[in-house]
Amino acid sequence: MWHDALLVAGKDLRIEARSRVATNQVAPFALVVLVLFGFALDPDRGVLSRASAGLFWVAVLMSSLLAVQRSFAVEAGDVTGDGLRLSGLDPAGIFLGKAAAVAAQLAALQVVLAAGVVVLYDADLGGPALLLATCAAATVGLAAAGTVYGALAAGLRVRETLLPLLLLPVVAPVLLGATRAWEAAMGLSVDDGWRWAQLLAVFAVVYVTLGVVAFGALLEES
Amino acid sequence: MAPVVRFRSAVALLGRFPALSGVDLSVEPGEIVLLQGANGAGKTTLLRACAGLVPLVSGDAEVLGCDLRADRRSVRRRVGLLGHTGSLYDDLGAEDNVRFAVRAAGGDAAAVAPALARLGIDGRLRSTAVGRLSTGQRRRVALAALVARSPALWLLDEPHAGLDAAGRDLLDDLVRAAVAGGATVVLASHEADRASALAGRTVTMAGGRVQVRESFHVA
Repeated sequence: MWHDALLVAGKDLRIEARSRVATNQVAPFALVVLVLFGFALDPDRGVLSRASAGLFWVAVLMSSLLAVQRSFAVEAGDVTGDGLRLSGLDPAGIFLGKAAAVAAQLAALQVVLAAGVVVLYDADLGGPALLLATCAAATVGLAAAGTVYGALAAGLRVRETLLPLLLLPVVAPVLLGATRAWEAAMGLSVDDGWRWAQLLAVFAVVYVTLGVVAFGALLEES
Repeated sequence: MAPVVRFRSAVALLGRFPALSGVDLSVEPGEIVLLQGANGAGKTTLLRACAGLVPLVSGDAEVLGCDLRADRRSVRRRVGLLGHTGSLYDDLGAEDNVRFAVRAAGGDAAAVAPALARLGIDGRLRSTAVGRLSTGQRRRVALAALVARSPALWLLDEPHAGLDAAGRDLLDDLVRAAVAGGATVVLASHEADRASALAGRTVTMAGGRVQVRESFHVA
């Protein structure tokens, strides 16, 4: 399983490195989202600063949709997913590999977006341990849930429009938990941020487990 | 010796449409079998079923000793299906594509370079993104992946399509070499003359079934 996961992750990251879709399209899209929020809330920079955690995670969430869609759009075959099915790879390994590749892209994107909220929103990114733990747990959760629902939608003609409809409600707890944890780390709320980070970790564990167990069936039915 | 492919009254549905409506077929080890029939006869579905990609709703099917009704996955590493698009990643280079296919099947990565050379994918072409190659070149890369994987059962869907004359001759040589090496080949083709010369037996399909009459070719 781990060998197959490394193989798939390496393949997906090599595809992204060569096509540069993540750097030339997904990252600029996320930055444009930040800038547009900036325009919408421009008259009061205090609001932008206070809302920076939520706006950051909304941008991450929207970008994760693109990353997940891309992850399945690149799959080869006469029928979507044929290449993966025919490869004979362990479905759990395929899931872990694809989720890891999406997670790596989201992690890189978050570095860019973090710089964006500091520059554009004048955000103060204090509490680095909580910020990083939140990012790690939320990224794994988003990548795992995205990969599960990406596989579910992959074989459908309406996958581009269906995936957001399926995925966004499911990852709403990630948006909520990550925003609350970041607000606590940035000193914008008195909540216990670590409890929110724990919620994110539970979400991640649930979806990684679900993906490992169910991805084979999802791949066959897609 | 047990047949490599054995279908008995196999039925497969695409949606509600019976793409295979009671297929009976037996292919012995080392055979080259040509599937013929009009568009929609079920040739591609039969090849995909042999590769474990299409679920069977009734009947019996065994490929390389694997019961496809019970487990469709285990046969996949041992078959090679050359479909219309060749299962290639457009953004990866030819060499990366073939290496991924070989490593995924648990094969030896040392087979990649000789396979690419055999198919004439040399020099700059090896690292060129497959999406930038011509149809014929893409076909050659897909064939290189098949050669490098060296599966026990080759399933070829219109394998001559998109290849130039030299490429077609090379494909025929590769198929004969694979059979000489112990593989079995089932191919679907509308190019009757060339494919018949290659095959030892022709099976005609219509309406998702194998017609009763089969023609045998004398080598």
